Amino acid sequence: MSQATTTVQAEHEHPPFLQHHFTGMQQQFDATKLGMWLFLVTEVLLFGGLFVGYGIMRAKHPEAFMAAHHHLNRTMGALNTIVLLVSSFTMVMGVWAAQTSRKRLLILFLVLTLLCAGTFLGVKFFEYQHKFEEGLLPGNFYTHQGDTVPGQFMFFSFYFMMTGLHGFHVVGGMCAITWLLIRAIRGDFSASYYGPVDLVGLYWHLVDLIWIYLFPLMYLIS
Amino acid sequence: MADAHTLTGTGGATAHAHGDYLDDPKGIKSWLTTVDHKRIGIMYLWSITFFMIVGGLFAMLIRIEHLTPAKTIMDAEMYNRVFTLHGAIMVFLVIIPAIPGSLGNFALPLLLGAKDVAFPRINLMSLYLYWIGALMALGTLFMGGVDTGWTFYTPYSTTTGGGVTLMVFAAFVLGFSSIFTGVNFIATVHKLRAPGMGWFEMPLFCWGMYSTALIQILATPVLGITLLLLAMERLFHIGIFDAQLGGDPVLFQHFFWFYSHPAVYIMILPAMAVMSEVIPVFSKKTIFGYKAIAFSSVAIALVGFFVWAHHMFVAGMSVYAGAIFSFLTFFIAIPSAIKVFNWIATMWQGSIELKTPMLYAISFLLLFTIGGLTGMFLASLSTDVHLHDTYFVVAHFHYVMAGSNLIALLAGLHYWWPKMFGRMYDESLGRIGAVLVFIGFNATFLPQFVMGSRGMPRRYFNYLPQFQALHVASTIGAVILAVGLFLTLANLLASFRRPKGMVDNPWGGKTLEWATSSPPTTHNFEGQPVPLHGPYDYRPVPAPIGSEVHTG
Repeated sequence: MSQATTTVQAEHEHPPFLQHHFTGMQQQFDATKLGMWLFLVTEVLLFGGLFVGYGIMRAKHPEAFMAAHHHLNRTMGALNTIVLLVSSFTMVMGVWAAQTSRKRLLILFLVLTLLCAGTFLGVKFFEYQHKFEEGLLPGNFYTHQGDTVPGQFMFFSFYFMMTGLHGFHVVGGMCAITWLLIRAIRGDFSASYYGPVDLVGLYWHLVDLIWIYLFPLMYLIS
Repeated sequence: MADAHTLTGTGGATAHAHGDYLDDPKGIKSWLTTVDHKRIGIMYLWSITFFMIVGGLFAMLIRIEHLTPAKTIMDAEMYNRVFTLHGAIMVFLVIIPAIPGSLGNFALPLLLGAKDVAFPRINLMSLYLYWIGALMALGTLFMGGVDTGWTFYTPYSTTTGGGVTLMVFAAFVLGFSSIFTGVNFIATVHKLRAPGMGWFEMPLFCWGMYSTALIQILATPVLGITLLLLAMERLFHIGIFDAQLGGDPVLFQHFFWFYSHPAVYIMILPAMAVMSEVIPVFSKKTIFGYKAIAFSSVAIALVGFFVWAHHMFVAGMSVYAGAIFSFLTFFIAIPSAIKVFNWIATMWQGSIELKTPMLYAISFLLLFTIGGLTGMFLASLSTDVHLHDTYFVVAHFHYVMAGSNLIALLAGLHYWWPKMFGRMYDESLGRIGAVLVFIGFNATFLPQFVMGSRGMPRRYFNYLPQFQALHVASTIGAVILAVGLFLTLANLLASFRRPKGMVDNPWGGKTLEWATSSPPTTHNFEGQPVPLHGPYDYRPVPAPIGSEVHTG
């Protein structure tokens, strides 16, 4: 009988966002956080293949990579780096706001993070536009005239593969943050339930981190 | 969910507050939107069965073509497409998801005493990605097929026509399906074990699934990016794998095998996981060397990442690197052998019951030993030069991939069938099927070892007349194998004509899945089960399987 009683009590105290197969909020939080870290591992390996390919091809064609990277605009790259770093900060503040049940601050920081992400993509758009106009494109779409060093298309193959895949992840992150924003406005998050904000935050930091590696590898070759 | 729990917790075998998971709720829509790990496992099972039949039909076409040294039923280009589809379907749609997708999804949470996997919706998404990837793979049939072999080696794969790009994207999508399963299993094993079940009180099936999942999440993303690069090479000629543009085609092989060799262990570790459940139950004896089996699974998963280049000994690699990869390949045989010795020691002086699952388990031990030991010939640098790209390799990897994985799937399926559906198949027909499969399998592939060592190259449409007798023997073996498999399938399906719910624990298993009814209710257990003894406790005075104590 005592078992039945405890069950009934547990049923009354059932937290609104607890999924049925977890025994409590802590277990749910731990499991989803572990799941997110595992997902981030797969992301690192996904990009890892590209980084290895970049390293091998740059070792094979050092002059071409050196010459090609001068076509990139360092100012724009640096600006985007700063924008993403700021967005990481606002994201962390968002997680803090959720943990401390500050709904308005959470909404503010999520909006700021979204704005930073949008700025990043805007800058990226102008950079891509410039590359398209100059014919600085991957593989056999490379039509840039007046090169002194041959084989520069290989650099742009990696430039577009890596920044493109990264850009997809920025867009994915923006979708996730928008979802958080809707839930935050609805008032879902509080000190007792902030898991999704924490998890999207982790993902967003990884997206930033990958850019931190991409920036020197693409823009700052010496 | 409250109604079930407020009833007494005397064990699911008697209390059926919920209907069983197969019927509650009813309807096709409830199946397609389910997040129940058991239903997802069952849907994986039928999908895999379907594709096994499709892939098997392609295999039969190959065997029929080889009845004569020249053209028998198809031309050379068709032959290339047929063996490619056989390989791609069997690897990506059957063997890799086979045991984790079906038996793993079904049994892992039950064995852990959990209500579900950690992320049920992601689990359903994994199944949908599998279906989407499968449709894409089949879609290549309408784009002129694929003739690259399942390995998509460059530069051929970047220059040939047909549906290579679509097939590559199909494998990419299927990779994500596999990753989602892996993420789920790791989080489930870490966080959802029953109260009181420590890491070394888990059934060994869970260790096997855990190790498999490690490989799934660490290797599959690399395949994903490799296939993406290959697709870009085909679409935009980005140059990375094209020697004419300054790229490196061998780099593709390195990338590809960095996934695809660990993928071999995605295929074998689940098979070993099933063995560690079946053998103790039918020997009525505690598993021998629990920790050795558990750690050897993890060791295989980790060392498996450092052997990939043994596929490339003749691809223009440094001989020093070759020597290291050869050594590591020999090294990984040690944890595999530890497992085999432990299973045999488990059987030693046990009360062995030669039921259908056990017959498959013994088949596995024999076939895996042959497959593993012939791998040693290929791991040796000097003999590999002779045997590379011959039927010896074909026979070797069929023994490991089909002979071990498929046989273990059948062992596990016969073992858990009464748990899955609450019905028992015909034992005699099951045994006949197991024996036919064993005979058919050996008759198919033993001749291929002989042919290969005499120089019959793989993937060749024509062959020298001296190989005809062996090819015919192999084809006859394939027919026996097919008969055995269809008999087995028919026998399993015929069990649906029998009454349901008569067999709660037919084998006397001690693990937690046998502590609930067969088939289980939607929520697996009435209350939270707590294991009161180890998973392989076959001491003479039996302890109760598990008492139901709800801990809130």
